[in-house]
Amino acid sequence: MTVNPPADRWVGRSVPRIEDAALLTGRGRFIDDLPTHAGTLAAAILRSPHGHAAIRSIDATAALASDGVVAVVTGDDVQRLTRSMTVGVKANVECWPIATDRVRYVGEPVAIVVAADRYLAEDAAERIAVDYEILPAVVDPEAALGSDAPVLHPSLGSNLINERSFSYGDPDGAFAGAAHRIAVEIAYPRNSCTPIETYGVVAGYDPGEDAYDILANFQGPFSIHAVVARALKVPGNRMRLRTPPSSGGSYGIKQGVFPYMILMGVAARIAGRPVKWVEDRLEHLAASVSATNRVTRLEAAVEADGRITALAFDQIEDCGAHLRAPEPATLYRMHGNMTGAYAIANVSIRNRVVLTNKTPTGLNRGFGGPQIYYPLERLMQRIARQLNLDPLDVVRRNLIPANAFPYRTATGALLDSGDYPAALERAVVEGGLGELVERRTNARAKGRLYGIGMAAVVEPSVSNMGYITTVLTPGEREKAGPKNGAQATATIAIDPLGSVSVKVASVPQGQGHRTVLAQVVADALGLEPSAIAVVADVDTARDAWSIASGNYSSRFAPAVAGAAKLAADRIRAKLEAVAAGQLNTMPADVVFAGGRAASRSNPDNGVSFARVAAAAHWAPGTLPETVDQTIRETVFWTPPELSAPNGSDEVNSSLCHGFIFDFCGVEVDAVTGEARIDRYVTMHDCGTILHPAMVEGQVRGGFAHALGAALYEEYAYGADGSFQSGTLADYLIPTVMEVPEPVILHHETPSPFTPLGAKGVGEGNCMSTPACIANAVADAIGVDDLDLPLTPSKIAGLLAGPERQAKNPPRQAREAQPGGRRKLTGEGAAEVAASREAVWKMLLDPATLEAIIPGSHGVTQVSDTHFTADVTLGVGPVKGRYKAEIELFDLDEPNAVTLRGTTTGALGFGEGEGRITLSDTGTGKTRIAYTYEAGIGGKVASVGGRLLDGAARVVIGQFFKALANHAGGANGPGTGLLARLKGLIGGRS
Amino acid sequence: MPKLNRDTRTDVTFTLNGKKVTARSEPRLLLTDLLRHELGATGTHVGCEHGVCGACTVRIDGEPARACLTLAAQAEGADIQTVEGLEPEPGGMSPLQAAFREHFALQCGFCTAGILISLKALFDRKPGASEQEIREQLSGHLCRCTGYTPIVRAALAAQAQMREEEPRNA
Ligand code: FES
Ligand code: FES
Repeated sequence: MTVNPPADRWVGRSVPRIEDAALLTGRGRFIDDLPTHAGTLAAAILRSPHGHAAIRSIDATAALASDGVVAVVTGDDVQRLTRSMTVGVKANVECWPIATDRVRYVGEPVAIVVAADRYLAEDAAERIAVDYEILPAVVDPEAALGSDAPVLHPSLGSNLINERSFSYGDPDGAFAGAAHRIAVEIAYPRNSCTPIETYGVVAGYDPGEDAYDILANFQGPFSIHAVVARALKVPGNRMRLRTPPSSGGSYGIKQGVFPYMILMGVAARIAGRPVKWVEDRLEHLAASVSATNRVTRLEAAVEADGRITALAFDQIEDCGAHLRAPEPATLYRMHGNMTGAYAIANVSIRNRVVLTNKTPTGLNRGFGGPQIYYPLERLMQRIARQLNLDPLDVVRRNLIPANAFPYRTATGALLDSGDYPAALERAVVEGGLGELVERRTNARAKGRLYGIGMAAVVEPSVSNMGYITTVLTPGEREKAGPKNGAQATATIAIDPLGSVSVKVASVPQGQGHRTVLAQVVADALGLEPSAIAVVADVDTARDAWSIASGNYSSRFAPAVAGAAKLAADRIRAKLEAVAAGQLNTMPADVVFAGGRAASRSNPDNGVSFARVAAAAHWAPGTLPETVDQTIRETVFWTPPELSAPNGSDEVNSSLCHGFIFDFCGVEVDAVTGEARIDRYVTMHDCGTILHPAMVEGQVRGGFAHALGAALYEEYAYGADGSFQSGTLADYLIPTVMEVPEPVILHHETPSPFTPLGAKGVGEGNCMSTPACIANAVADAIGVDDLDLPLTPSKIAGLLAGPERQAKNPPRQAREAQPGGRRKLTGEGAAEVAASREAVWKMLLDPATLEAIIPGSHGVTQVSDTHFTADVTLGVGPVKGRYKAEIELFDLDEPNAVTLRGTTTGALGFGEGEGRITLSDTGTGKTRIAYTYEAGIGGKVASVGGRLLDGAARVVIGQFFKALANHAGGANGPGTGLLARLKGLIGGRS
Repeated sequence: MPKLNRDTRTDVTFTLNGKKVTARSEPRLLLTDLLRHELGATGTHVGCEHGVCGACTVRIDGEPARACLTLAAQAEGADIQTVEGLEPEPGGMSPLQAAFREHFALQCGFCTAGILISLKALFDRKPGASEQEIREQLSGHLCRCTGYTPIVRAALAAQAQMREEEPRNA
């Protein structure tokens, strides 16, 4: 650690966390641990198995008749009792938390079952029959803009929900005069920092007061409170929102719980009792929120020496099926910082927001940063490659100079402080870049693939609540009225025994806020941190809070801890006056230290802190005239620098701006394509460090998230919108085996804009690390076009075809890849001891079909060639009931027939088509040959694609095996079909 | 184990952290739900319910097991230890817990109970486990907050401490 702990104060020391005693002994109080009101019911949500479909009907009769069921809530109920959620752009579109007339992404809520317990609710959810008309889906953001693309929201007319263009300085002039124009095209993928604890909501409704009481592991921003109250059609004071004391991680994601507050509020209202819902992992992965995926074309005007004179961004932001608050904030959070750590005076930006058949997006650690810095830092490397310069020199030449702070960027941010060149040079020396270069030389001499990457980023923190209005035109903003600022609040209270409590609305999700606040207040009042009690969860009915409250945009250290310091200073100033009276001295002579107030000039003249502190309770008459009370002080603090976007669309989108310079050495295995990190160095300027170990924890945690984003994690969708990453075995989160320990360095330049000089630190590596690793991989394998995640198979593919040129990025191919729905083809044959005619009859006979369709109970003949069946099928541990439809086509009696089948059920759907050919082999036997193509979607496709191919083969095989048996037994074990079946199902056949 | 059928609820009796407990359970009830919601032992957490994250890890007859993949009925007669059973006395901490606090090996603490139980099982079985073995044991757990390094550090520090205290086991 590079920080020397100060001796005279608690802030700056890595004191043990006060949170840990409870968390280590099983006494955490997470949402699912808290007691509920007697009679609280459990909810389960039926979700869409389709990426895009019209809902023809929902039949809940059977579900309502199920054991323990109290209510089934559908889109109709929600439309009746609430109003559409506010959409952050001017657009003719509604945004409901549940499907109304159609479903637009896999996992979209369709119905909510409220029952005595969760098991019963899930049983009943399976009994809801939804009739869907499947519509063509679009998942690729560029394809969504096509004139022939299926339109998600007909009222919008297209999938483009917002477009804005911006120009700062003279980008056209700069490009016209540039020595070089160098560009990158990037498709940044969808991923999510997925906390280990999923969403949870407990909602109650009081009809007498028309008031909702909602407990949710929400993380803020509390501007969302207004969205929820408006949707529920109640004033803000009838929407009490509380958060649990502990939350199992969030990293932005738990902002996205809010639509479920609305749904559970409605469910509680309809059920007449409180309702609790805890999300399961499949629901979380498929349908909570993710970061946006974004397609960016970024071009730079570059001088011969690598200096950039202008940047031109063309960004297509994919917000999924609905534009949910606060989106399109991901696209605008970085608006003031589009030039990163560089002094670039001319910028043009074209921003388009599109909707696709994927889960709506929301907050995610790094929020907008990775999507900007990945193109920008890949571009820096590209410039170096193209101009034959050292990438480090290209960075150096463009950095904002040390004497330029506070620095106003072209797009309007006011960078508070920093010395980027000094931090960079220190990192190069202390992190040993020279040694890595040597290693690269040696490795390459031996024919190994070793590369070095780097990234310089500015990490914004404390969001301006007005930045999102940059999406509106200046005229629209004028009409709507200005939005700006970021109210932070802290309350300090003193009880009659003189002990101190702190209350903030920061809603920590594991970051240790309570510990740091105890340190800050202990310093101000001369107490031990352990003497201070801190509450950081929120009850909107009782606490001081505002729209900026919550845990996001790395605002805790700069804003919340700062507000606590201001509150502590304010109460101390009053206590000094009180103590001065008690000690018979001047307020300026009073020192608080060691739990006492004493005279500076005569330390023996002292009194206990408690005695001074409690005087306002017991003897208010003794307070000096200048002091009203010392019982409670609440401070609201909003930095004046956070003004609304101006008429030229310049916006100071964040208050603080940390600096990060990262570099790493990566070796790529030439055979497997696996990227191994040899060393990762990350230099941070996060201003004043309040708790070194927690800062390191934030850096490491962010680094691990970013490593996952760089190498493993992607929310994969098929072309039909099917979701393919529904378990933690499909969505791969790094384990201890994958995460190396980064070398963490610090270069502190305190922020002049925050009370403690601190800046945010939690998100920076999510911005810098993906680009840094990709630059190293690009350097190692010598390719220009790289989209994340850099999985071994992707890198191996690139190694196999290194000659591919930059002109046509592989994006199109990637999205259009086979799949969509998981497709599966196969063929087989069996020989049976029956004539062709006999076999033919069986295929058209419901009784035979009943006997041979795997898991079938009840086949109904609709027409000669059309049958329906109820079947129960299991895929691995997932067993479900399905409705099957089987139709026969192209009948060529008794030679050949085509079978087309579809199955639909709560767990998903499948469809397939097979051609069966019957041929006479003589001696009364018939050879049945078949070919098929099948596809599977919905929940089963999300939870283990790997299981499916085998399972589907087994089911199809079982059908033919049963047919063979039915026809008089197969002809010995040598037949291809049976031999293969045995192999597939482990010889149990 | 008695033969169970869908509609009967039966008593399950087992030892939980040294105390005999009995709870009513229907056959499909998961051990996680029994522990958390029937017995109020909420220290064991559920992160995935499909056996990957490790948050639900408890010890069954000494061996670490995924409580989310265990039916409550399977606990009949077993000796189960959860995070609530690690504390030597109320307000105290075992060396492992203390090391986690000292090394900042947790942030949100949601994954922590499973990790503590897993490491405790490892060290009971093999007090001298190597760092590689410790990492292998930890590879069955997902932590989204810490980046793992401090967890490995805490495990190594706790191991050293425990071996100092009980050299016989070394
Ligand atoms: S909850 Fe059991 S392994 Fe995740
Ligand atoms: S401490 Fe939060 S997941 Fe491990």
